Amino acid sequence: MKNLMKFAALLMFLGAPAMADDKMSMMQEVTVGPLTLSDGFAHATLPNQPVAGGFVTITNTGEAADTLIAVQSDLAGVMQIHEMAMQDDTMVMRELDGGLIVPAGETVTLEPGGLHLMFMQLNGPLIDGEDVTVTVTFQDAGDVELTLPVRKKMHGGHGMSHDGDS
Amino acid sequence: MPGLLRIIIPAGALVASAVLVWLAWLQPYLAEQDVLKLGHGDYSLIGTDGQPFTAARLQGAPSAVFFGFTHCPEVCPTTLGDIAVWQDELGDAASDLRVFFVTVDPERDTTEMLGDYVGWVPGVVGVTGDAAEIRAAEKAFRIYSRKIPLSDGEYTMDHSALVLLFDDNGRFVEPIGYQEDLDRALAKLRRLLS
Repeated sequence: MKNLMKFAALLMFLGAPAMADDKMSMMQEVTVGPLTLSDGFAHATLPNQPVAGGFVTITNTGEAADTLIAVQSDLAGVMQIHEMAMQDDTMVMRELDGGLIVPAGETVTLEPGGLHLMFMQLNGPLIDGEDVTVTVTFQDAGDVELTLPVRKKMHGGHGMSHDGDS
Repeated sequence: MPGLLRIIIPAGALVASAVLVWLAWLQPYLAEQDVLKLGHGDYSLIGTDGQPFTAARLQGAPSAVFFGFTHCPEVCPTTLGDIAVWQDELGDAASDLRVFFVTVDPERDTTEMLGDYVGWVPGVVGVTGDAAEIRAAEKAFRIYSRKIPLSDGEYTMDHSALVLLFDDNGRFVEPIGYQEDLDRALAKLRRLLS
């Protein structure tokens, strides 16, 4: 209990500036067909980091499922849809070959530690405070352009711990 | 029948006591011996500081060893960032701690590539080498890695994501888990450095 309170105090202390960061870099929400895409962002790259992750929340208000089948950006030679997971102490990553299904009436969240848009063969760095434009393609709803704000990662084993132990 | 029982009961008792001895004493003993051997073994790699990286390198000062790769979107940058936070929090004490980032992807991670990649965290040394030597090091540190093909001719690596802590005698102490709570990670590091 004491540890929990200490942790909560630490979160309040360290979480406050992180939250202030969040509000200045929100993605403009976009819709395509019955799909709404919100809360998108990409992680800034480290020096010489050849790949990066992008994230977005997709809500399907329609009557039928749709599938995110492709994503591209001028900044990346290749982009793919990946799912990362920690299995015991091992990081495993898989490409979603058939795309990412967004069931009717449901929300799918791409977030650090799980589903992500993977930028590969980067032509340049993703810089904190800038934007990166990506085009995502859904099987039925078609193409839509997203402007993802680029943010620094949060560090120190907090800040990203809201989703459990990922 | 009683004749048969006279054999089965003592035999059963013998097996049970053997199992007890194994569980209570031998197995933990062997496991401990195994853990103490972590990081030891025959491998010869090269650090981005130009120095060789072999089992001998673990001696002389405490070390944190992490296996990763540069084409890693999440776990490796996060861990490097966490290490930077640990160094900040530990202050002067951190100057005793050496950090080695060993690639599981020697095919793409040359010393130049790794040097730039780890260079932003003070004192972190990238380690690479021949694929066979990397595999030997993974075996010595009991690190799992596996190449996973992707479309577009790309690939990624699954890999163990623990930071392994070694004392100044090169003996394994304990791991820090991925995204382990900051306080717990710092407590482990302070114990190691005290």
